[in-house]
Amino acid sequence: MRHRVLPGFGISLGYALAYLGLIVLLPLAALGWKASGIGIAGLTHLLGAPRTLAALRLSIGGALLAALFNVVIGLLVGWVLVRYRFPGRRLFDALVDLPFALPTAVAGIALSTLYAPNGWLGQWLEPLGIKVAYTPLGVFVAMVFVGFPFVVRTLQPVLASLERDVEEAAESLGAQRWQTFFRVILPMLAPTLLTGFALALARAMGEYGSVIFIAGNLPMHSEIAPLLIVQKLEQFDYAGAAALGAVMLLLSFALLVMVSLLQRWSGRWAERTR
Amino acid sequence: MPLQLSHLNRRFTEFAALNDVSLTIAPGEFLALLGPSGSGKTTLLRILAGLDYPDSGTVFNGEEDFLATPARQRRIGMVFQHYALFRHLTVTENIAFGLRVRSWRSRPSRADIRGRVERLLKRVQLEDFGGRYPSQLSGGQRQRVALARALAVEPDLLLLDEPFGALDAQVRVTLRRWLRELHEELQLTTVFVTHDQEEALELADRVAVMNHGRIEQVGAPEIIYQQPATPFVCEFIGKVNRFTVTRNGEGFAAGGWTPDGDPWEGRFAEAQAYVRPEQLRVAVAPSQPAWEARLRHIYLAGSVAHLDLHVPALDQALEADVASEDLSRLGLHAGMELRVAPRSAVLFPRDASGATISEERWLWHAAHRVHA
Repeated sequence: MRHRVLPGFGISLGYALAYLGLIVLLPLAALGWKASGIGIAGLTHLLGAPRTLAALRLSIGGALLAALFNVVIGLLVGWVLVRYRFPGRRLFDALVDLPFALPTAVAGIALSTLYAPNGWLGQWLEPLGIKVAYTPLGVFVAMVFVGFPFVVRTLQPVLASLERDVEEAAESLGAQRWQTFFRVILPMLAPTLLTGFALALARAMGEYGSVIFIAGNLPMHSEIAPLLIVQKLEQFDYAGAAALGAVMLLLSFALLVMVSLLQRWSGRWAERTR
Repeated sequence: MPLQLSHLNRRFTEFAALNDVSLTIAPGEFLALLGPSGSGKTTLLRILAGLDYPDSGTVFNGEEDFLATPARQRRIGMVFQHYALFRHLTVTENIAFGLRVRSWRSRPSRADIRGRVERLLKRVQLEDFGGRYPSQLSGGQRQRVALARALAVEPDLLLLDEPFGALDAQVRVTLRRWLRELHEELQLTTVFVTHDQEEALELADRVAVMNHGRIEQVGAPEIIYQQPATPFVCEFIGKVNRFTVTRNGEGFAAGGWTPDGDPWEGRFAEAQAYVRPEQLRVAVAPSQPAWEARLRHIYLAGSVAHLDLHVPALDQALEADVASEDLSRLGLHAGMELRVAPRSAVLFPRDASGATISEERWLWHAAHRVHA
């Protein structure tokens, strides 16, 4: 082994693996073991149920849309925070982290109060025919709320390190502003945007606290998969809860792997040959 | 069509980056903007590029008002100090960028673009690197890609901002020669910014020396070197010895050395004299009317040897350059006594307040050149 500046590769790797095993893999193994109790027939019955499918569709579809929305808005907010100097910028910057810090139940109650038909925002949206609270749209709003900081925070350092002369080079080569944005800036940010997307997606799929308050939780309509798991637990259907949990886990994992592959591809220029 | 810059002023909050700068750039010319950092040379280049705008003044490219033309329509090629390559694009895509962003009416066909990129890759000697990303290239290769990218749009004006600043010494010299050859071939009007005087003198047809937002002197490299217009140019370009000459009786003198004549006819009592190290004549025999000097140290730098001399009459140190082979011919060694005298000098008179007056420059040459 080559000499390294910091010693202790063996011990630190061992520690890292043991820790990962204890904190992440052990609970997952327990979940898998518990879920296996349901059997093949039980699993097909569970996954065949329209209510399960609707809940999974809402959880995954909502999370995908919310993450996509967050990428667009997060890019805008990150850009403003990094590129411009204006009074209150630091306060604005600090506010971005609020969804991280707020207890999710508080966020959920606040959101449902706001968007309820008689709430501050809801009373204006209701006459327009837009129902937010107790609908899938409410689920989406809550998912956007909790995922938002991830995109902004992953993007900020990368935006700050973008060299201005690259944009100037594009302009002097004759590029219009929109061409500079879509051909130069966006491709260079793509890997980071995908990281933010993956984080926001993972957070939104697993979100429980804030969503259930605003969702209304109508089966087949605005019921998310994590709530279904909790219901199964309340009915002492541990195997069913574990199986549904395992299914969600696999789907999340598959999505994250796909995002990660996409990210690799979009950042292929950053790899070095040596 | 000459490029005409008139009375440009540009102020940043705390200092004036450009102070009434006027300059004419001839077509096909290779011009260097030379100066220390903060002298305004980069600001001037950025104004030409359309990346910055002056507070007042005009820039005309022939009949065309450059300041009313957006950067993307000026037909310029710009090369940045830190390359500014698009790191998510391959070398080929980088070079083709300026052609691909054109509107479909003026955009060349795919085949034309491919052909042009291939010719440019050959020109910058990177034929086999078209598929690589900038992160897989060395500094010198990246700068050549940046140059090819700028040339791809067939600009009327090539602007280079410290193009070799981030490269190591050897690559720098090679690229310099190569750029000079390229210019001779293309005859493209080129303006480049540098703080490296050697680079400016070696490359450019004409050098503009800048200091504190002003152009101190514009001229051919040999004029800048041999006939500096101001004390700043004397001290900034090359090495120079500086000492004071004072008027006594009929003429000026400095510690026993007297430049014959007085062009100022007694109007000034004091002047500042500049003598280049190679313009100091060194002799062993005490024959000439000159200073006595003690040779303190010899620094051999290849073909040239720098002599570190102490002159008691001036009470200061002087540096003289001689050819290396003269060391043995004259039997020079540290600690020996020598005689030195200027062959030529540039003198600026000082007024009563001690400020030098550039307009009254005196280029002095020894009447009889005696080779040491």
